[in-house]
Amino acid sequence: MVELLPIKNNELILRSDIPDLKFDDFRKALLDFTGEAGQTGQIVQFFAYPDQGDLKLLAVLRSDKLYVASCDAPAKFTSLTAESEKFNLFEREMAEQYGLEPEGHPWLKMVRYHANYTGRPDIFGNDYSSAIPGNYPYFKVDGEVVHEVAVGPVHAGIIEPGHFRFQCLGERVLNLEIQHGYQHRGVEKLLQTVPFKRLPILAETIAGDTTTAHALCQAQALESLIGLEVDAGSSRVRVIALELERIANHIGDLGAMSLDVAFAPPAAYFGRIRGEYLNLSQIVSGNRFGRGLIRPGGVTKVIGPEQRELLVAKFAKLTPEVEHVNDLIFSAPSVLARFENTGTVSHADAVKLGLVGYVGRACGLPYDSRITFPTEIYGELPANSNHVTDGDVCSRAVVRREEIMHSISLINTLLAKPESAGSYLPARLKLAPSAMVVSLNEGWRGETSHCLLTDAAGQILRYKVKDPSFHNWPGLALALRDEGISDFPICNKSFNLSYCGFDL
Amino acid sequence: MLKVLKNRLEQGYRTAKYPKQPITLYERFRGLPEVNRNCYVEIIRRCADACPQAAINSETGQIDLGRCVFCGFCETLSEGEFVRFSQDFELAAAARDDLVTYGDLPRLAEHSHKHFKKLFGRSLQLRQISAGGCNACEADINVLNTPFFDLSRFGIQYVASPRHADGIHVTGPISKNMRQAVLTTYAAVPSPKVVIASGACAISGGPFYGSDEIVGDLNQLIPVDLYIPGCPPHPLTTLHALLNYFK
Repeated sequence: MVELLPIKNNELILRSDIPDLKFDDFRKALLDFTGEAGQTGQIVQFFAYPDQGDLKLLAVLRSDKLYVASCDAPAKFTSLTAESEKFNLFEREMAEQYGLEPEGHPWLKMVRYHANYTGRPDIFGNDYSSAIPGNYPYFKVDGEVVHEVAVGPVHAGIIEPGHFRFQCLGERVLNLEIQHGYQHRGVEKLLQTVPFKRLPILAETIAGDTTTAHALCQAQALESLIGLEVDAGSSRVRVIALELERIANHIGDLGAMSLDVAFAPPAAYFGRIRGEYLNLSQIVSGNRFGRGLIRPGGVTKVIGPEQRELLVAKFAKLTPEVEHVNDLIFSAPSVLARFENTGTVSHADAVKLGLVGYVGRACGLPYDSRITFPTEIYGELPANSNHVTDGDVCSRAVVRREEIMHSISLINTLLAKPESAGSYLPARLKLAPSAMVVSLNEGWRGETSHCLLTDAAGQILRYKVKDPSFHNWPGLALALRDEGISDFPICNKSFNLSYCGFDL
Repeated sequence: MLKVLKNRLEQGYRTAKYPKQPITLYERFRGLPEVNRNCYVEIIRRCADACPQAAINSETGQIDLGRCVFCGFCETLSEGEFVRFSQDFELAAAARDDLVTYGDLPRLAEHSHKHFKKLFGRSLQLRQISAGGCNACEADINVLNTPFFDLSRFGIQYVASPRHADGIHVTGPISKNMRQAVLTTYAAVPSPKVVIASGACAISGGPFYGSDEIVGDLNQLIPVDLYIPGCPPHPLTTLHALLNYFK
């Protein structure tokens, strides 16, 4: 552990202070931190970046503290995934982005299907002039009664594209393989090359339903690099916006889960009520998804007496409705019978995969970055706790229900104490050179993180984005194992992961 | 059973009266921009220079609603001198050029193809294709099926198969990885068919313009009939567009 540098959330770190290890020591340190001995150790960021013609690896790890370390990236190295599943997607991502080869990776497949940034030979042997699907050998189960179901990329509803391959024995799913990449639009590359003025717009569109969390990560990271202070009033507005986002999404999903088990009334009610919360975001920011609100340095809009009054009145009206509809869902035996023991992920598997957010909490991993690494004014606010942690659809639903009520109470607390936020002044400011900052916030899906590295001239050298979905998609595949294929919709909705946040 | 009835009673009837009665959105909502044509050219240039979307013509002061993400920065920067965003959510247009505007959009209902109204005015089935965006557009299309908007009362439905559809409603900047799927889905829709480009992404690449991982403009791929601007378009913007263009 001595080799890792303890850091704080959003702390400005000089890159020269980051321990620069030999690869073998780096590998050992990471495995020790995340392995059997340190079960709680998880990966926040693990990526490759260019440095004066060479490539380097950087890892940000967490237990109850954050740590960072780096090393030179060998073109080929002994895979860490072979020893710990936690590294799986991270290693595949660096193989795809920079053409680095983790040797001995148990299943080295593409992540998003795009040419790498370096011009090195493609690790996967793909020809990117041809379209994505079709030419990839999906995992196959052989047998006379085994059959395969392929779904997507264009799905039956109004949802994002992705490809799902089910290997089934009758109705039973033996394996689900999920292929992403259809939403890949080159977000990280853009963030590293576009003018400063475009950064907030890009952050807000990494994942539309997580606009606030991603905007917050970016704003905080840039504030550290620039050296900007945010006043307490702006902090309050930011927290209210983030909690509104959480409430709206959880409510929409609980309604949809109810519909997926054929109990329609709560879906209609929660469908509309979700809209009410989006409209509250619009009252604060002028946009239903909270766009245009959070910028480096503060917020563009204050919550004045008028907006405060509107929010308080709406909360007073909506809270009993939310409670009643929740009661309707969770006291219906037909709903509970379908929720319970469906799509279970064990605690042990959740630890191995490093699941985050409500998915992790439903498996008994209490980690909440609002509590462990609080930003803004979260340190002064009460924590939430969850008691149903069986890892099934029901647990995920109950955790979301509890989080809705917790967020409502947080916002009520914040609205009770009026405080006007300082206004935000746009300014062209310089980023600290040769620096690094990592930002973590608990978006509604879980730990959302941006990591920025600057070069000697203060330009962004590497901008790494991690949506919580990056951790949780393998959890969904696991939840489906040995499950009836007809339970896929309800399992999927209980996770409700982001395709665009994953695909970037 | 009693709980179902009690909830039903509490929820009541919530469907909006729009379009029979107008809806007023809260004053912070950023809808149709109203450009001050007498604004000093220096102010226009400053706004054009600062616009993250390069949506402002620095000479004429016109705003391209196909590029604009309605962040409101130009309004803040010019303190309302160059532009004010109104609460008018009726933004759709039938021609791409009409989206480059001072805030005086042509009336959509008069620019629809007559045969579209005849064919689809009473029943319109659309296949939505999500192609590389951020999922906010999709979320605010989905919302049209909630009781407040209740889209199906107008005879408009989003269907699961392109074979059942009268057209496609595309969102996102058409990522390279979705290009083929968009073309295949379009080909699977029986003619005559309509093509709707929804959101800044499908019209111009949106926040992702300039990326080499996207097509960036649906019209490059297939001819677009109806443009719905926004980032994302407000559900009422989409509802207005569908009702005026087809009914």
